[in-house]
Amino acid sequence: MFWLNTKRIIRTGLLSFWRNGFVSLSSILVVTVTLFTIIVIIFTNVVLESVLADMRSKVDVNVYFVVSAPEPQILAMKDSLNKLAEVSSVKYVSREQALQEFKDKHKDDYLTIQGLDELGDNPLGARLNIVAKDPSQYEGIVKTIEDKNALVAPDQSIIDKVNYQQNKVVIDRLSEIIIGAKQLGFLLALVLMIISVLITFNTIRLVIYMSREEIAVMRLVGASSTYVRGPFIVGGMIYGVISAALAMFLFWPIAIWLARATTDFFGGVNLYTYYIQNFFQIFFIVLMAGIFLGAVSSFLAVRKYLKV
Amino acid sequence: MIYFDKVAKKYSNDPNAFAIQDINFSVAHNEFVSIVGHSGAGKTTLLKMLLAEERPTEGNVFFESVNVNELHRNEVTKLRRRIGMIFQDFRLLPNKTVYENIAFAMEAAGRSDEEIAFDVPHVLELVDLGHKIWDFPGHLSGGEKQRVAIARAIVNQPDIIIADEPTGNLDPVNTYEIVQILKKVNDIGTTVILTTHNKGIIDLLGRRVITMEGGRIIRDDASGKYVL
Repeated sequence: MFWLNTKRIIRTGLLSFWRNGFVSLSSILVVTVTLFTIIVIIFTNVVLESVLADMRSKVDVNVYFVVSAPEPQILAMKDSLNKLAEVSSVKYVSREQALQEFKDKHKDDYLTIQGLDELGDNPLGARLNIVAKDPSQYEGIVKTIEDKNALVAPDQSIIDKVNYQQNKVVIDRLSEIIIGAKQLGFLLALVLMIISVLITFNTIRLVIYMSREEIAVMRLVGASSTYVRGPFIVGGMIYGVISAALAMFLFWPIAIWLARATTDFFGGVNLYTYYIQNFFQIFFIVLMAGIFLGAVSSFLAVRKYLKV
Repeated sequence: MIYFDKVAKKYSNDPNAFAIQDINFSVAHNEFVSIVGHSGAGKTTLLKMLLAEERPTEGNVFFESVNVNELHRNEVTKLRRRIGMIFQDFRLLPNKTVYENIAFAMEAAGRSDEEIAFDVPHVLELVDLGHKIWDFPGHLSGGEKQRVAIARAIVNQPDIIIADEPTGNLDPVNTYEIVQILKKVNDIGTTVILTTHNKGIIDLLGRRVITMEGGRIIRDDASGKYVL
């Protein structure tokens, strides 16, 4: 009996969807707008994350070592820093590399190069270039570096200076911007989602309101609540499936159009490439959202008219 | 079979605002009972009580010794499958064909596809609408719609048919045909309760008549006439 009823509910849902052509079309368009909003939110988040990651990668802290600092001690510190969860990368720049970088940087500055040659020895110490996963974590990392320094070289500090204090204002400001941007993005996404969901829910409620007499008749001829409600839920799910496909299809040319702009201006993320590479994951999310929205809206809207 | 025991119903807190009150009557198996009265006399309220669409403010309604007021929602659904309903405004499902309208009532009662495929054409032949099986209600005349509604009401072989002003929207020819169909249904053993304003129908039937006025039963005659 369960399978027979399920088969009948699905068949009735499909038939009603087909026969209520104009109403179905209107509902699909509204659900499509909602799902399109979800896609826009997903892609906006991708762009925002890319921009923020780009900004984060531009912030780093350098630990400059004294000229006499032994290389094994510096490498030991590098290894222990690499193990920290907050650290994204640690790059070791030897004294020789530092000298070469300096020369390359000042190759057109004859006086500086001459002065360097007159010294006869390499005046530059080695350094560690540290990039944190989040700018707000630099303070903790610097504290760890100072502790490590005390452990690695208890008698005499091997660290000449850490440029954190110089960059602190910029880092703190950037941390605030990143947190603010994330919160604003989340808030906007939430507001857009709530508006879209409410519009979808009200549209489906209106569709079912038009069928209230039909529901009353079904109840009077002895149909159970499940049997009355089922076809409407199936209809809602069909709206979701078609709308998901439509929203993905509509976003395709937009992704192509936005690809160049996002690559050039937003930290290198190519929206079209992202769309193609993650097509099935995004489609799955949108499809599930569509089915869920359609089914739940129908379920709630029919409930009101079942009390006959 | 049906027993109304001191039933009263009011829709507001006004102590005098009774839609019906002091209703006592019973209906036996295979009876054909007509309920007559002016608009607002309480006829439809009475039927709604039987279908558990409305619950009485006072008293009880029994259907084969089961107190309808105490039924849970699922049990109400089962009760309604034993009652065939016919309405003045037909209440067919507009997006379903004639076949599907009747099949829906059978599906709701849990009948198999084979039974539905066999019974629906058969019952449509009974109401002389075999040729309209795939039409939508919008393409039928008033009389045809009412005959579809009757087919839907009788297809599950209910214990009782309740017809609420079934001829209210029909011309005299269709009215006569509908009454003949109801008589035929009653002749094969189904109890029929009919509400009507139509004096001609009552006189034609010559069966039991319950007369209502101001929410009360004022006459109950075994082979009554329309007296108002």
